[in-house]
Amino acid sequence: MNARQSPLLEVVDLVKSFPVYNAFGSRSGELVAVDHVSFSIRRGGIYGLAGESGSGKSTIARMIMGLLAPTGGDVLLGSENITGTLGTRARSRQVQMVFQNPGSSLNPRRTIGQSIAVPLEAHAYPRADRRRRITELLDMVQLPASFADRYPHELSGGQKQRVAIARALAVAPQLIVLDEPTSALDVSVQAKVIELLTELGRQLDLTYLFISHDLSLMRNFADEVGILYRGRIVESGPTAKVFEHPEHDYTRLLIASVPVISAEEEALRPHIPLIDGEIPTAEKLLALRESQRTTEVPKRI
Amino acid sequence: MTDALLSVRNLSVAFTTYGRTQPVLHGVSLDVPARSHVALVGESGSGKTVTMKSIMGLLHMPPASISSGAILYDGRDLLTMPRRERLKLTGTDMSMVFQDPMSSLNPVFTIADQMSTILKYADKRLGRSRSRRQRMDRVLEVLGQVRMREPERVARSYPIMLSGGMRQRVLIAMALLSEPRLLIADEPGTALDVTTQAQILKLLKDLVEERGLALLMITHNLGVVRETSDYVYVMHKGKVVEEAPTAELFAAPKVAYTRALIDAVPRLTGARPTQRMEAAP
Repeated sequence: MNARQSPLLEVVDLVKSFPVYNAFGSRSGELVAVDHVSFSIRRGGIYGLAGESGSGKSTIARMIMGLLAPTGGDVLLGSENITGTLGTRARSRQVQMVFQNPGSSLNPRRTIGQSIAVPLEAHAYPRADRRRRITELLDMVQLPASFADRYPHELSGGQKQRVAIARALAVAPQLIVLDEPTSALDVSVQAKVIELLTELGRQLDLTYLFISHDLSLMRNFADEVGILYRGRIVESGPTAKVFEHPEHDYTRLLIASVPVISAEEEALRPHIPLIDGEIPTAEKLLALRESQRTTEVPKRI
Repeated sequence: MTDALLSVRNLSVAFTTYGRTQPVLHGVSLDVPARSHVALVGESGSGKTVTMKSIMGLLHMPPASISSGAILYDGRDLLTMPRRERLKLTGTDMSMVFQDPMSSLNPVFTIADQMSTILKYADKRLGRSRSRRQRMDRVLEVLGQVRMREPERVARSYPIMLSGGMRQRVLIAMALLSEPRLLIADEPGTALDVTTQAQILKLLKDLVEERGLALLMITHNLGVVRETSDYVYVMHKGKVVEEAPTAELFAAPKVAYTRALIDAVPRLTGARPTQRMEAAP
């Protein structure tokens, strides 16, 4: 059982900064999008990265996928160091991604079958077997085999996302990066796609990195979470623990902001003090706490 | 006859494209009493936006056509009154908060420019007039009402200089310019981060409370429904399938579709919703 416990993916001290140029084209500073992020995902686990826009979630995903070279830090898959954009092809056999918007991640001029065939071709899957594999993949995501000859515009959003999942599964990867896989879908469709992902994860022993801004969904799907704020993981741990006993102020604010539909959920939301009669912004709340902390120190001395 | 401020009676709308007529609303009825908070909830394609556009007179006709029904505002039918009369109400006495703060503002004009233009035309429709200075005063006053810390600075800004939350506040301020009695909000805050959305929803709630407005909130998010409304209409496939006081709807949904919709929402408690999805029609 030791192999199960060992992490499949390890992200160590990952940093990505982008140069900022002023109006005259000279370098005027640097934007740190991902700031020393470390986490690991055990085999068969579902790790959730939650954060708001600009927190660095997608940048992390892109670095794991090898689409972006990190400024610093390492990405380890199994025991192999896969940092950087080198060896992307070999890595794509093990790591695949499902993108946010199935409307734009499928080529409108390819049939569904052709889209799913792309990774098979890239990894030299035996030509004679491809058709059978495509049918098999469509079956895994609960779509009829006849869909192989259809075009994306003939499919609903949920069906398109199933196709995107089938395409990610084509080369039998170990890790799938899900970047907001259901945020473009209606809630009833979302529920079914999530159910499918859970089911597939169990059957195929997949490991997921799940990126989302939807905290309620995160609570239900991930077994461990990391909360990102401005490129840093401010809190992480088992999902239930983080949601029931959030320690960091930002996590508390985030959970308190979720619109909920039952009294039980309401009871779970931490109380956030209003500042000037308004719900504070993250910066304001953190600044206030910071100042409280610094003013408290002299009293203790 | 109801005494609701806004009353949509048995509204049916169809779209005709390439000679084919497709009905999209099938006899929708809903009431928004004065000073009430009503939500219209549905998934994409349920007809909630078409309903809103019919009310505001924003439907392009053709391709759209209203096959039957009435939209009573203050007891008068908006659909049969002369256009001139209707324009005195829509955008002035009933006003709208748009969904996407990124695309609803003109990038090349300052906030003050855009807001005073709106005010100028609203005044014109109502046969009033104000000097430029008076308009500017009103703009600043309204920006203050949406809790902008520095109204003067915001007024001088171009949209790109403001954050998403600030832009959404500007859109709310725009809707308040003409002192409406009815505010129709189309998915406010859904384009924003969850913490910003919470601020915007609280602001809307406070404003309608303070100013005694009626609010019709159009949304797909059941959480938003529960937090902002006291009465709710559920739309599905162009029909209102269920209506109830909000608390009642969540406690005991009567229709299978509503139950399925509520069950599909992931819970913050992590409780697995009971599988009733199959019951959905």
